Amino acid sequence: MSAVDVLRPASTVDLTAKGGWRTLKNRIATALLLASFVVVTIPLILVIGTVVIKGMKVMGTSFLTGEIAATEQRAKGGIGPAISGTLVITGFATLLAVPLGLLGAIFLHEYGNNGPLAKAVRFMATVMTGVPSVVMGLFIYVVWTLRFKQAGVGGSLALACLMLPIIIRTTEEMLKLVPRELRDASLALGTSKSRTILTVVLPAALPGIVSGVLLAVARAAGETAPLLFTIGAARKVNWSVFSGANTALPSQIFANANSAFDNAQNRGWGAALTLVAIAFVFTIIARVVSARFSLKR
Amino acid sequence: MALQPLDLRRKARGADSAFKALSVAAGLLVLVILGLIAITMTSKSMPALREMGADFFTSKRWSVPDKVYGAFSFIFGTVMTATIAIVLAIPVAVGIALFTTQIAPAWVRKPMVYTVDLLAVVPSVVFGLWGISFLAPKMVGVYRWIHDTFGGIPLVGRVFGPAASGRNFMTAGIILAIMIVPIVSSLAREVIDTTPPGEREGALALGATRWEMITGAVIPHSKGGIVGAIMLGLGRAMGETIAVTLTIGSSLGVVGANVFASGNSMPAIIASDWGEADSLQKSALILLAVVLFTLTLLVNFAAVAIVSRSTRRSLGAS
Amino acid sequence: MSELTDMDQESSVDSDNRVRRPVASDAVAPVEGPDDEMMFDIRDLSVFYGSFRAVRDVTIPIRRNQITAFIGPSGCGKSTVLRCFNRMNDLVSGARVEGQLLYRGVDLYGPDVSATEVRRHIGMVFQKPNPFPKSIYDNVAFGPRVNGTKRKAELDDVVEQSLRGAALWDEVKDRLKSSALGMSGGQQQRLCIARTIAVKPDVVLMDEPCSALDPIATGKVEDLMQELKSEYTIIIVTHNMQQAARVSDRTAFFTAEVSSENDRRTGVLVEYDHTQKIFSNPSDQRTENYVTGRFG
Repeated sequence: MSAVDVLRPASTVDLTAKGGWRTLKNRIATALLLASFVVVTIPLILVIGTVVIKGMKVMGTSFLTGEIAATEQRAKGGIGPAISGTLVITGFATLLAVPLGLLGAIFLHEYGNNGPLAKAVRFMATVMTGVPSVVMGLFIYVVWTLRFKQAGVGGSLALACLMLPIIIRTTEEMLKLVPRELRDASLALGTSKSRTILTVVLPAALPGIVSGVLLAVARAAGETAPLLFTIGAARKVNWSVFSGANTALPSQIFANANSAFDNAQNRGWGAALTLVAIAFVFTIIARVVSARFSLKR
Repeated sequence: MALQPLDLRRKARGADSAFKALSVAAGLLVLVILGLIAITMTSKSMPALREMGADFFTSKRWSVPDKVYGAFSFIFGTVMTATIAIVLAIPVAVGIALFTTQIAPAWVRKPMVYTVDLLAVVPSVVFGLWGISFLAPKMVGVYRWIHDTFGGIPLVGRVFGPAASGRNFMTAGIILAIMIVPIVSSLAREVIDTTPPGEREGALALGATRWEMITGAVIPHSKGGIVGAIMLGLGRAMGETIAVTLTIGSSLGVVGANVFASGNSMPAIIASDWGEADSLQKSALILLAVVLFTLTLLVNFAAVAIVSRSTRRSLGAS
Repeated sequence: MSELTDMDQESSVDSDNRVRRPVASDAVAPVEGPDDEMMFDIRDLSVFYGSFRAVRDVTIPIRRNQITAFIGPSGCGKSTVLRCFNRMNDLVSGARVEGQLLYRGVDLYGPDVSATEVRRHIGMVFQKPNPFPKSIYDNVAFGPRVNGTKRKAELDDVVEQSLRGAALWDEVKDRLKSSALGMSGGQQQRLCIARTIAVKPDVVLMDEPCSALDPIATGKVEDLMQELKSEYTIIIVTHNMQQAARVSDRTAFFTAEVSSENDRRTGVLVEYDHTQKIFSNPSDQRTENYVTGRFG
């Protein structure tokens, strides 16, 4: 190394932060952007707080299993039928939507080859996620309930129509993450394409798919509008999806929301707490599954 | 010894083709459902359309006993609440998206995103319940104060008219804004993340402050996608039913600039009137649903097209 | 000492199939300025990512209005050191710097020093050209605009001067408003250089500026560097030994030490001297091995 000390430093320079408009603008902008986050957390805390505080007032096993109150002002009454209704209706909807959604995504990613049909289906599926739930509800009313009378299955069909495009889109994203090499390895062994998909690709993408399905289920369980036109209103527990009117948690919340009577309102909050708890549990499980087990981008 | 000829022809693979056919059918199902919606709902709405004609869309008068169904005030209400929602939600959603992607340190980003997305988990009926029991009563005072303070100003003042109750366009708009922020923010975030790091570094290396880098490199790149995200939020706001039904005030025939007026919207009137509607009224409500379906379809079409065009452009450029 | 011959371009294998060492040409005989001023006084610089020491104990004075090249195999910290000079390492979370980094006598990492200010004085051209998706004019004007120049006449002036300085003016003067993304890779890189000098820095750092360019574009950028030398101090990181030999006045050779315990590589400065000496008669055996192609 050559001698260093003989050099003299060039004339000095001022590197301190200049005050003035630019720095100020930067600071203001940063503060505003942070404020937007704060603004969002306020309603989040308020809503969840209110739900918990008011819902806990009526919470208990008798509430969760009891029958729907006959009249609004009665003090006793529970949401047992609503919970069973939500379970069967959302459960049946999941049974319908998941296989169809998986197959649809498989079509888009494995067979579609970005041809015109696949492009059309993909575009329409994305658009379909934006169809208002009230439209889906009325649609099922027109094609099913008019013909077959009110029952839980109408609600399931409507919810399934809401879930279908969501499951298709999230599943397709997960299938994209499965590396080509995995498919190639299986095909190279002489396995048929359908078998490859079922035994290699789907299992590899499974955690992500499960996570997407859980989120869709959580969303469907919270929908009210599709049920308004299709399931009627029941006061007793009805485990049958196909016969007889039914009720569900969102329906009970909606029914009680406008009541003038405190008892009914409290029951509404209790149902809200139950519904929110279910939705949150599903969401958290979905996130944990996705974070720990699924393929990463 | 000569090699036996191999038979490499395709064995009959019933199961394989059946599977492929099934999946194609599932894909087609999407198109079929959308088509069926359009066809069946339009046909069921014909009675009302024949009865009312063009008046359906232009008249504010909706009277069940007189069998007159003019839906203009509901179309107006939908547009009004959705507009309020968008105006409130855009700065917050884009602000969050920019903050989490550009400013927040890496370890804080995920928790922040999770928190914002929690808002999307709360069902709309719970938002409605909270709206009428908490927000509406609390905000009435604020609305009245705003009316008293700004209502006098010549043109602008008409927007801040008297607030008869807490359930009005503004409250519904606020609830809608809260509901669409997670969606808009999430999509905006995805788009902003595609900004090539080279351009961000380039701006900083030129001595730009972080905000200057954002306005110089990030926003120009993400503009299109952000617009698409906003439109998706708009579509969602237009179609939201239950939260709006509970908070909008359920008044008929209201058309005007006053954001504090109680009114109605297309999804809301459908939900609230359905229970006791006779067949003509049901037909009218279904016609409303067709209008709503068409509007949201158009908005979503545009949104998807804008977002995909801007991502294609940015991928091409980098 | 071998005759100073003309520039080596492509193949560096001679008739005996031994790798020919790159030769520094006349054009870059070291020009010592009338005052040998020191722009950067770096002593015992170490760069840490978290607890891992990526580069250690770099001591190097950078002279004003000279071109200094950092050469060495991949992963030995050349870019890391370069990015310390304009505080771009700040963008990596967990990055930390120890030792002395004086720029014109001022500690670059001093408590009062603003990174934004540093970058106004010390510019950088990146490996992959990164023009903004704006017009050519707006790209070059970005820096001056951000720094307060608003009047159109002034901006026009700066843009023209910078584009001339980057030897790009004649090619683009008729289409200043067209998109920068429509240019070829070589033109985009010269645009990035124009953009960098538009803010009138003292120093231009170049991180493998030609590695994404074809040989003709590379030649143009190298010629540009010679012209820029009279006004700017240039530090260039390059993988291309021949380029370093062609272009630079002084060369610093880095290599990586592999830690026996965890297989991680720490960059270290082996030798820093006149370019001619590095390539013809280096003091360290490792340098000799590298420039003759025995490794790397």
